[in-house]
Amino acid sequence: MPDTPQPTQCSYGGAAIPPRAGAGLKTAHVDAILSDSYRIGFLEVHAENYMGDGGPPHRALDAIRENFPLSVHGVGLSIGSEGGLDETHVARLKKVVDRYEPGLVSEHLAWSTHDNSYYNDLLPVPYDEATLARVCRHIEHVQEALGRQILLENPSTYVQFEQSTMSETDFIRQIAVRTGCGLLLDINNVFVSATNHGYEPLAYLEDFPLGRVQEIHLAGHAPDVDDEGDVILIDSHDRPVDDRVWGLYETVTGRIGPVPTLIEWDADIPEWPILRKEAMMADRILEASAGPDASPRQRAARG
Amino acid sequence: MQTTVSNREFTTALSDPDTPAPKGIKGPDRKKSAKRFDIYRNNVVVGLIDALGEIFPAVARLVGEQFFRDMARLYIRANPPNSPLLFRYGRSMPDFLATFEPVAHLAYLPDVARIELAWLDAFHAADTSCFSAADLGAVPESELDDLRLTPHPASRIIRSRWAAVSIVSTTRSGASLADIDPTAPEDGLVTRPGYNVQLRRLPPGTATFLQSLIDGARLADAAEAAGRDCTEFDLPLALRAMLEAGAFSQRREEA
Repeated sequence: MPDTPQPTQCSYGGAAIPPRAGAGLKTAHVDAILSDSYRIGFLEVHAENYMGDGGPPHRALDAIRENFPLSVHGVGLSIGSEGGLDETHVARLKKVVDRYEPGLVSEHLAWSTHDNSYYNDLLPVPYDEATLARVCRHIEHVQEALGRQILLENPSTYVQFEQSTMSETDFIRQIAVRTGCGLLLDINNVFVSATNHGYEPLAYLEDFPLGRVQEIHLAGHAPDVDDEGDVILIDSHDRPVDDRVWGLYETVTGRIGPVPTLIEWDADIPEWPILRKEAMMADRILEASAGPDASPRQRAARG
Repeated sequence: MQTTVSNREFTTALSDPDTPAPKGIKGPDRKKSAKRFDIYRNNVVVGLIDALGEIFPAVARLVGEQFFRDMARLYIRANPPNSPLLFRYGRSMPDFLATFEPVAHLAYLPDVARIELAWLDAFHAADTSCFSAADLGAVPESELDDLRLTPHPASRIIRSRWAAVSIVSTTRSGASLADIDPTAPEDGLVTRPGYNVQLRRLPPGTATFLQSLIDGARLADAAEAAGRDCTEFDLPLALRAMLEAGAFSQRREEA
């Protein structure tokens, strides 16, 4: 697996996220999580849901934060935008991060804002030099504003750009090298994009800078058809993780050892026990990947 | 020369289903991009329709779920969100409903939407204590006339020419509207003492009284304004509603 030396970084505040399974926090699950005998490894929230002044969302998150490690995942920063970052939004993210001191902060390689309009999706970016320079500037700015490293997540995409001059994995590696950001590897996104663009997910993972991965995302996807009537996958987060995605997850954790792993389930949200079952599956695979006597340092070296 | 795609070109096509996908967008191996690009269109619109459905559950129930989704699609095209904070979206929905001809027969609908926006504001408002009956009791009688109060950040007053308060409460609880006369005007107060948002009908004149206090009036002046406005105004009743609802956070210090 390709690896690159870690550049010097500023200190990363907050309680560390253990290399265990976590879950995307849903309001409906808060009580069940707090009273469950199974202790989930960590919880992750969408930053934007906690950008209000107060009320029930913050009360619930305070209770979770007291009992579990927390990861904050932004969905609205629009790091890939042509325009500059929205400073108001950067400040809002900083407020959430300062208040909750999460173990990890992540965002997407995508954009969602243009000309003061917000498009409620993670839109794709072309992989060319101009976009690379811009994304790096934006990430550096965010890391400086937050005073900490962020993780960047690989996207799920449905289209490509004629103007792209490099592969997604090269693009992401360049970003990590230039900005010192960490990476969030969404293995469902890898599978979805690989299917949609006709390449092998394992080949993508071979090229991916796995040594920089500090978190993994897993989720379910929905099948649809493209213009030619072939299968295209939608990153729907509305069902269990696909068996083939579990398989890729075993391969990745087998190589790099245990990494904090989030189960995302954002639509048609099930009762907590169903989500817990997915988390327990990830925990079993993580345990197997740790091996009987490997220390974390040895495992990292293996990656 | 490869065709480059700007954010503007991408979003122009994204917002208009009749515009083809931008040149420069493609599928792999010369595959077409139309249906692929439609996935982004669909994600954006469906996500926003769902968000509006969560903000306006009573409006959606009153017009019917499918009608609401079709209407929301038109609303979104005319009023795209300008912030990634979706709980701030839909601010112009009351105005949209007031001019949307197919719902003209539901004249109370804009006020229903106003109450639902107030409800959401209250849900996300800052946490602070409420000015209680004990706090009021602690004010020396000689200072009562001059008492000024700081509004609780969650407090919102809605004055409706229709029975919008009863319609929202009843619709949100899933009960039937059969016993409600929609033409009976109502004033409502949205508050959040602690963590539960409350919506209540206000006794006659109380909306004027509370609005005056919110605007910084002295208690005596607010009561006088309410009495002028409404002969049925009853100060003890108004004070009870105010204290039960937790409409104010504390005594306002003189400027």
